[in-house]
Amino acid sequence: MRNETTIILNNSQVADDIFRMTVKTKSIPQPGQFFMIKGLYGDYLLPRPISVHDYDDGKLVFLYRVNGHGTKMFSEMKQESAIQLLGPLGNGFDYESFQGKTAIIGGGIGVAPLLYLVKKLDSKNTDVFLGFKDEVYAVDDFIRTGATVKVATEDGRAGEKGYVTDLIDYSKYKTVITCGPEVMMKKIIKSCIEKKINVLASLEERMACGVGACLGCVTKTIHGNKRVCKDGPIFDGRDLII
Amino acid sequence: MANISVDFLGINFKNPIVAASGTFGFGEEYHEIYDVGLLGGISSKGLTLKEKQGNEGIRLWETPMGLMNSIGLQNPGVESFIAAEIPKMKKHKNIIIANLGGNTLEDYLEGIRLLNHSGVDIIELNISCPNVKAGGMAFGIKAEVAYEIVKKTKQASKKPLMVKLSPNAENMTDMALACEAAGADALSLINTLNAMAIDIYRRKPVFNNIYAGLSGPAIKPIALRMVHQAAKAVKIPICGIGGISSGKDAIEFMMAGATLVQIGTANFVKADIIPDIIEEIQIFLDKEGIRDIKEIIGII
Ligand SMILES: Cc1cc2nc3c(=O)[nH]c(=O)nc-3n(C[C@H](O)[C@H](O)[C@H](O)COP(=O)(O)OP(=O)(O)OC[C@H]3O[C@@H](n4cnc5c(N)ncnc54)[C@H](O)[C@@H]3O)c2cc1C
Ligand SMILES: Cc1cc2nc3c(=O)[nH]c(=O)nc-3n(C[C@H](O)[C@H](O)[C@H](O)COP(=O)(O)O)c2cc1C
Ligand code: FES
Repeated sequence: MRNETTIILNNSQVADDIFRMTVKTKSIPQPGQFFMIKGLYGDYLLPRPISVHDYDDGKLVFLYRVNGHGTKMFSEMKQESAIQLLGPLGNGFDYESFQGKTAIIGGGIGVAPLLYLVKKLDSKNTDVFLGFKDEVYAVDDFIRTGATVKVATEDGRAGEKGYVTDLIDYSKYKTVITCGPEVMMKKIIKSCIEKKINVLASLEERMACGVGACLGCVTKTIHGNKRVCKDGPIFDGRDLII
Repeated sequence: MANISVDFLGINFKNPIVAASGTFGFGEEYHEIYDVGLLGGISSKGLTLKEKQGNEGIRLWETPMGLMNSIGLQNPGVESFIAAEIPKMKKHKNIIIANLGGNTLEDYLEGIRLLNHSGVDIIELNISCPNVKAGGMAFGIKAEVAYEIVKKTKQASKKPLMVKLSPNAENMTDMALACEAAGADALSLINTLNAMAIDIYRRKPVFNNIYAGLSGPAIKPIALRMVHQAAKAVKIPICGIGGISSGKDAIEFMMAGATLVQIGTANFVKADIIPDIIEEIQIFLDKEGIRDIKEIIGII
């Protein structure tokens, strides 16, 4: 883990409010990990947690949604501008231990941490389900991994019309991985627990330190409060109190 | 090169920079980023006699150049701190300040008795905690209440006692004087300012406890004024805290009367800011031709 000041190689819009930023880094991240990132200038105080979307040979890619002020400032940063990266942070996915067929389920910007994971998995054993409200993004990148990809949109403009959770036949899978809106993840975790399938979820909490020191980002688990930034962001669904 | 070491309560700090309670854990996490052995000292996460799980709901909220928190003193308890954390902190050769909170006099006294036999160097008494016997008003609001708790804890303490003052005190000068009269060996200030945020979409306060503590650059000018007031009033040494984010900020607090300073929220802004701050202090002194940092303490 290191705090490095590096430069933006590319920062471009890929959909409404969705941007893709590539930065140079000396760090070698694992799928599911994240960085606390902040431009060197800008009138906001704390770095923002953003997941590893993709990584290749010193180039790190973030996929982010303009949410509030900080991410708005990110979207305005130009190529070559300096950026501060703290990371890689968090536990990441222990993907080498995944067994049997795996379903990867992402909702909205929750697809961000899943691409680099899918790249590390055996594409023949991996089915990807991506759900969006209306406009879709990153879908082609998932298709290029060779995994089977199914898409659902709430307004039906791409893929199936409806919720991504309705596309899944859980009985086919040994492991389910999910990241997305809380309601979606809760539904998936409940279904998996009922059907005795392993389920891992990538959680979000407000963060300050990002390294486990401030105890600002805790989530309740059956083992007590756990820090999303340090003990997570990937949790076993069975441990979560939902 | 100018000397930047200072003496505080008979303890030599290799530089005046201490990590602030609650923002640095027990140092382990930041040691993954840089050698925390280069700090003057570390003030532990706020400890209570028994383990605490802390508050429910949102715990952090960013404000313009500030941060509000409502962690609720989540901590492993004094005994576990002594058994599990002190040995690790000793390895980094840090001066260890145990930050102790409580909701009753008995809790504070029992915590102190345990810490008396531990390897901590200083006890920092956090009197911003609600006093359950006084309807939850913090110990650190009224000078008379603070006087009582400081007097009794000082009598029980075999370690130097630094009392951490709340900016919510009715009158900072009176508060500083009361703590000194009660036997405090040193003062640290300020803790967070009582503050509020409302989620207008949910039409509810952001925090379950309604109010939360404000820290960061936004509070620095207030903290500086309070350190100056306290330093003018008392003879015991002072550790300045509140929004310090650069070497220049630290120098300001020292000129206002602080011998040591603590860095809190700034650690979140840049995880390795403390080494930068120490370097900036050194550069400032060398450029200004000041041979020893002690020359600037309390010059304002
Ligand atoms: C581990 C982790 C990984 C993430 N990965 C991604 C990603 O890859 N792509 C992406 O678009 N978003 C991601 N997020 C969410 C992203 O961090 C927030 O959208 C962002 O912090 C919002 O900042 P803002 O200034 O735009 O919003 P504001 O609302 O102005 O932010 C105010 C404060 O609240 C915090 N905050 C607000 N919303 C969130 C949130 N949903 N989660 C955490 N903190 C929040 C901010 O960090 C900031 O401190 C991730 C969050 C976490 C915890
Ligand atoms: C997340 C967080 C947790 C804190 N926890 C404690 C605590 O346990 N005990 C304490 O005395 N002060 C605590 N504080 C207050 C800080 O030690 C410090 O007094 C305050 O934040 C002002 O300094 P700063 O502006 O440099 O952060 C906490 C502050 C923050 C931001
Ligand atoms: S953000 Fe500080 S502990 Fe997780």
